[in-house]
Formats: sequence, C-alpha cells, structure tokens
Amino acid sequence: MGRLGKIARRTFLLGTAALAGGVAVGYYFYKKPYDNPLEQTLAEGEVTFNPYIKVAADGTIVLIAPRAEMGQGVSTTLAALVAEELDVDLSNVRIEHGPADGAYYNEAMIVEGGPYSMFDHSFYANFQRKSSAVTAKFVALQATGGSSSVRDGFDKMRQAGAVARQLLLQAAAKRLGKPAGKLTTENGKVVDTVSGTSLTYGELASDAASIEPPDTIALKPRDQWKILGKSQPRIDMHAKSTGTAGFGIDVDLPDMLYGTVRMNPHIGGELKSFDDSKAKAMRGVVKIVRIDAGKLGQGIGVIADNTWRAFEAAKAVEVEWGDAPYPASTDAILDDYRAAMADGSSHALTDRGDAEGVVADTSSGALVEAEYSAPFLAHACMEPMNATARFKDGKLEIWAGSQAPNMYKLVGSRELDISSSDVTVHNTLLGGGFGRRGEGDFPLYAVKLAKEAGGRPVKVTWTREEDMTHDMYRPAALGRFKARVTKDGALNAVDARIAAPSITKSALDRTLPGAFMPFPDRLISEGAFDQPYGIENFRVQGVPVECEVPLGFWRSVGNSHNAFFQECFIDEVAHAAGQDPVAFRLALLKDHPVAAETVAKVAAMSGWDKPLGEGKGRGIAFTLSFGTYVAEVVQVSDAGDGIRIDKVWCAVDLGTALDPSIIEAQMQSGIVFGLSAALGQEITFADGMVEQTNFDTYDAMRIHQAPEIEVAILENSETIGGAGEPSTPPSVPALANAIFDLTGKRLRHMPLSKDVSFVT
Amino acid sequence: MTLKINGKTIEIDAEPEMPLLWALRDIVGLKGTKFGCGIAACGACTVLIDGEPQRACAVTLGDVEGEVTTIEGLSPDGTLHAVQEAWIEQQVAQCGYCQSGQIMSAVALLAETPDPSDEEIDEAMQGNLCRCGTYPRIRAAIRLASRKLAGA
Repeated sequence: MGRLGKIARRTFLLGTAALAGGVAVGYYFYKKPYDNPLEQTLAEGEVTFNPYIKVAADGTIVLIAPRAEMGQGVSTTLAALVAEELDVDLSNVRIEHGPADGAYYNEAMIVEGGPYSMFDHSFYANFQRKSSAVTAKFVALQATGGSSSVRDGFDKMRQAGAVARQLLLQAAAKRLGKPAGKLTTENGKVVDTVSGTSLTYGELASDAASIEPPDTIALKPRDQWKILGKSQPRIDMHAKSTGTAGFGIDVDLPDMLYGTVRMNPHIGGELKSFDDSKAKAMRGVVKIVRIDAGKLGQGIGVIADNTWRAFEAAKAVEVEWGDAPYPASTDAILDDYRAAMADGSSHALTDRGDAEGVVADTSSGALVEAEYSAPFLAHACMEPMNATARFKDGKLEIWAGSQAPNMYKLVGSRELDISSSDVTVHNTLLGGGFGRRGEGDFPLYAVKLAKEAGGRPVKVTWTREEDMTHDMYRPAALGRFKARVTKDGALNAVDARIAAPSITKSALDRTLPGAFMPFPDRLISEGAFDQPYGIENFRVQGVPVECEVPLGFWRSVGNSHNAFFQECFIDEVAHAAGQDPVAFRLALLKDHPVAAETVAKVAAMSGWDKPLGEGKGRGIAFTLSFGTYVAEVVQVSDAGDGIRIDKVWCAVDLGTALDPSIIEAQMQSGIVFGLSAALGQEITFADGMVEQTNFDTYDAMRIHQAPEIEVAILENSETIGGAGEPSTPPSVPALANAIFDLTGKRLRHMPLSKDVSFVT
Repeated sequence: MTLKINGKTIEIDAEPEMPLLWALRDIVGLKGTKFGCGIAACGACTVLIDGEPQRACAVTLGDVEGEVTTIEGLSPDGTLHAVQEAWIEQQVAQCGYCQSGQIMSAVALLAETPDPSDEEIDEAMQGNLCRCGTYPRIRAAIRLASRKLAGA
C-alpha cells in the first residue's frame, strides 16, 4: 500500500468499493486516482491534504463542497462532514464549491441507477452496482442529482477530514516531542492538555502535508459528533437574505456584453430564414447570429450592451421556423403512448408470482382496475436559464449555476474544437435546479455567442418565455393498474403497466450521441416496481414510448408520476377491500418495519384514528425513493370557493439525519413542489409549440394556497438516504386520496385541477 | 434621466421604455433585485417606490415617480433590517433567488400593517412565487419580524 499511500496524499483515499471489484478493460485507469485539483489553486503558503481541504499558514481553512447549491443546503451539510472529523467549527472555515473536476465524481448517483430495487441483492443487481461504480469513476461526472450528494459524500468526506486531522496531530507530535496519542484537537488547533500548549492547524499545515497519510482511518462514532446530527445555520443564509448571493445571472465581468437566444419554438426544428434588419438597428445591439445546436434545434442569438435591449432585439427579428420532430399536438403525441400501452413491448422490473393469471381469474375475488395519467411538466426554476462565457486566446471560461459543471468542459471543447484542459468552469449558486440545470444547452449558447464576441465575455440570459418553452420536460405518462381482492379483503395480485418515454435515452441522445444504455430504463416504472409492498403476485411492466419531445430529470423523476398512480391505486384497492388505507398499507409493509413505521408515525401525528369534522377529508400515501422512506397525510377542506389544502404531515426516515433543520426544509420544499403540479401545472403542445409561456399560464403554489407542514424525522433505516426529492412523490397521491375522502370522487389524472377546483 | 435609489441620486442614460429592473441590474449594478418573469407574475423583482411594493420588471424608467428602495437599501450600513434578521433566524431561504422580492414585500407589509393576520400575510405575499416552497418559514419569519419591530 506504500505507493498508493503516496499517491493518496496528493489525491485521496479511495473508498473500499473502488478498490474491490474491477474490470479487465482499462483496469489501470480505473485504479488510478484523480489528481487533487486544489494543487492548481494554492496561494503562497497554502497547502492541501486532499480535494476537500486547503489550509493557509495564517490558519484560514477552506473546505470544498463540490456539489451544486440549488437550495437544498448541500454546501452546509457537505462541509459539516469534513469539519466534524477535522475538528473545526463551521463558523471558522470558508466553504467553497471548488473547481469543476472529475475528482469530484458522484458515484452514489449512478450506482442505484440500475433496474433493481434497493432490496435486490441478487448477483446481477450487485454486479450491476459494482460495474456502475466503475463507470462513475470513468465518466467522472461531477453531478448533483438523484438526491445523492450526502449519500456519496458521507464516508469519503468524513475520511477526508479525519485523514487531515491525523496528519496535523502527527506534525504536532513531532514539533512538541510527544506521542500523537497524548494530543488532542479542538476547533482548528492541536492541544496538549497536560502542558496547555496548543498549535493552530495553520502553524502545522506545511509540516503535516509532507507526512505519509495512513492507509486506514477510524471515523468518530456518532455519539461523539459535535456538528453532524444538529441543525447548523446555513452558510448561504446571510447572503440570500441581503441580496448579495451570486447566482449565474449576477455574474459581472469587466467589458462584459449581454445576450439572449430565441430558438425555434417548434423544439428541435430548423430556422428556415430570418431578417434582422430592424433588430440590428436597435439601440445597443452589437451582433445577431444564427445558432445551429443540432438536436436542440436552430435559432438566433443576440449580443447587446444590456439584457433588455437583447430581449427586445430578439423579438424584433423576423423568422421563418421549420417544424418540430414530434407530432404537433398533445393529443397526437399521446396517440403514441396509447398505442404503446395497448400493445407495445415492455420490460417487467418486478414480476413475482403470477399477477397476470390471478388478475384474469374471475373466481379469485373482486377485480379493481383503474387508468391514470400525468402530463408533461416544466421545471420552471425561479432563475431563468443563463450562462456567461468568454473565449479569448484559445481559452474558454464558463460561468454558470450548474448541476454538472465538468460536463461543460465537454460542451465547450466540442463546440470550439479545443482541449477540455483549455476550458475552465466557474460554478455559481443556482436559482433553483430541480434537474434542469444538469443540461448542456444554456452553456452551449453562451459559448456560441462568446465565439462571436471578439474575446469579450457575454452573459446570455433567457427570457422566461424562452425558458418555459425550451425545457427538457418531465414526460407525460399513462398507468393501467389491475388487482384482485379476495372475499376476506386480502390483496391477491397487482398487475401494472406504465407507458412513458425513456428520459435517459432522451438525455443521452442530446448529450452523448451514440451512447447506449445496456439495460431497461428504471425511470419508466420507478416508484412502482421498487416499492416494498408484500404483494404475492406483483408485476410492473414498463412500456417505453418513442417520443421526440426533449425530456429531462424533474425532481423525483419517474417517482413523480408512478407514486401518484400506484399510491392512488393502493387506496382504491383498500376501499374495495373495505379496509382503512393506513391499516391496509401497514399489513402490506409488515416485512419492512422501517417503511411501516413511517406510515404508523404519520398516522399518529395526523390523528388518523380520530374522526374528522364535516367538510374535511384526508388521505395517505407512502413512497420509498432515493433510499428514503416517506409517508404523508394530507388534510383538505371544502372552502366553498374550492378545495383548500389545510395541512400536511410528513414522516421521513433517511437513516441518519445529518441536519434536522435542512431536512425539514427539504421535506416542505418537496411537498410544495409536488402539490404545485397537482394544482394545475401542465405543459401542452399546439402547432408543435408549447402553449404555456410564463407563470400566468404555468403557475405554482402560492403562499395563500400553502398548507401548514409538520415533519417528523425517524432514523430506523440502516442506510443513509437522500433528502432533496423523496417528499415529492407521496404528496400528490395523498392529496388525491384526501379529495376522495372529502368528495367521494376518484381523481386519476394530473393535474388534479382537471376534475376539481382549488382555492385560487 | 435622474432617479433616487437607496438614498442616492443616480443619473441613468437609457430609453424611458426600459423596465426599471434592467436599469438597476445592468446599468446601476444593483443585482439583488432579480429577474423572474418580465410580466409582474412572480415578484422576484419587487422593490419599493416611495414605500409601495412594485414589480420592477413592469415599471418603466419613464414611469418611476418617487424614491426607489432595493434590497441593498434595506441595510445600507450593514445593520440588518428586522425582516432580514427574522429571515436568517428562521432559516427561510433555500435557493434564495426569490427572497429579495419576498423580503421587500414583507417590509412593505409590516410598514403598513405592523401586526398582520394570517389572511393579511397571505394577501400581501401571494404575488411572490417561491419554487422551493419556503412559505411555512416565510410566515414564521414575518411573525417574528413583527414582534421584533414591536419591541424596537
């Protein structure tokens, strides 16, 4: 281990997962650790121990939290992982995103991406996880998504802090002539408690960095945590309360120009011709260029001296657009769905017992069947898409709020035909992400305009209309569910069929053309096939639909529609069986006590066993997603002028709760995000164009519609789960089930506002 | 044209049709006020004009009559406004993009109605969209700020 140890000093201890396993091809590269990118950023007198820590001689400690801060509080919690083991208060460190680099690749995001539930530890499932870990390292995607940041960083970032602390202790031991075991640490200092002598990390950093790091390192047991497990003040809170937080749209560089784009609203279509004579003459307009962005379509870009002037000029260009590659109307697009649902080929990621046979057997009890649908949805981040780029002397710099910053090196180098080492990416704060800011379109347009700007930086901001009509949409989906319930009320079989396009295929086609996914896309049926219900005969078929509308990863992804389908259906079955929906779920979850406990907890919190007054209704739903168990109860009332969502109770189990305040905020956030979709969000197409263009036609929940939300955090799960997404999936079915309780009407189609009115 | 912004008199060379928002952001360099929609539908660009909350994306420079206060003007000497203190204590912000606008609307609400009811909070704040769903903490922060201001 000597050689590896030496490399690890500069790079980082590899997790055991990365050292075990291994594949024949490219084994060497797979084993080779990434260089520590902080080596390139060191100021005079500064040292780095690994990609997560820099210490300056004056004692300044910089911790790297290399994930996108898009509101989920990840920069605070990731830094806390390092700080806990390094033994330094969060108030005494500076926390930075750090450079965009493959060293920060996200293994956790990819490892659970295969077509298996988290309980499946069969040979194939485990083999796929191991090879995905290898792929993650090869691809080295520094990405934030899949509620994976903490799951990915939990061990390796604590190890980073622990190794550095160990080296600092050893340096102090040498300096003081005492064994390291007799010394301790305290908030950025090594202390000799006997003599009272102390040395700051800054004083020891240079010596410590030249010591060989240990091969193994013990992490603190939980009962010794001082920072983790307790709510921390978020590091971005002051800036975000004073208007000083720097988002992509706030980038300001010397000599900067301002731009915008207007791409074909028939998404992916060509630009047949354009006349910019009027626009060119407008005040402040510098240049108007044609944009050809391949699969993303064609359009125009405007460079001006002010964002608004760029917007106005873009509007004034006369254009003739070509058609979109998909059918012109929503109904025509959904025809492909209906055809696939009727007889398209499918994959069943769960198929146990004989669901088809039992459901078909009319002698085996009552049949329950229902069809559900969910629409296309936009991300609608509060900050419209934007990026800034400068191409000067053969070097490209990109500034953007990004969920995949090192992918932009590929975007930039491909566009300009330069080496990716000539591309620098600066990641800013993100004004919302929800999956949208992992895409490569907005940085690409900034690069295209920078190429035309004579070496000056250009900040390219989209109008809200451009953002809403050129999203990578959450796909529409259809679900058909059938079940048999025995005479004594037992659920005999569930046979489900879900038709939706593959988001992964759509994303690969536009990002890495030619890339191939070697297994079925779990996203089509996740949230249904992977739920821990003990149904003896259970089949979930995923039916891939061909769809040329650009599709993207929308907070909780496939779970966002499938939990709606399946949790509404489970409710329907419970009622058909004459059982209480909570008791019915508890029985189905009896072999999964962690899941059952969230249901029991939320029932107790909401007073489920006490009758509700007149004019009120409540519903429950449960979903396991991103390694986290969430049960929610929604309570509604008839407010006369529509249905009011009064309160939501949420019981969440993510195993280890690192920051209760941030987890509570994420649960509330995910619930509002889901309920926003229920209240009326829907992307539709007419003449090949998206019909919704701004918040007047695609709104989200407002404060007067927002329920009180009470969150309880449980820690029964043995594995650590994600926080950013898992509260979204159960929110909508819990609401639909509550409205059934209030009105007796089953709502099977999203948005729920199709069938009922909400308070506006 | 001449505008009074955060207590300073500022000369702006721009056409009168330009929305105040873009003059603030791209010309004056005050970037705390955010662009969200351009049609006064989301509230991210809320500023005060003579104390009244206005959507800066829908007010043209030519129509500005009165003194403009932006989020930067709330704490000119670094001393936080009670609303900002409450926002920090309640840990309201998530992505934070809408929060300048939320805070400006809350400041205007409390100036007019020092002890608002739930309905008054809903009424005053419903023009400010938040996609992160910080509404429960916004409510709590407004109540806290109200108590802070009453005690001051």
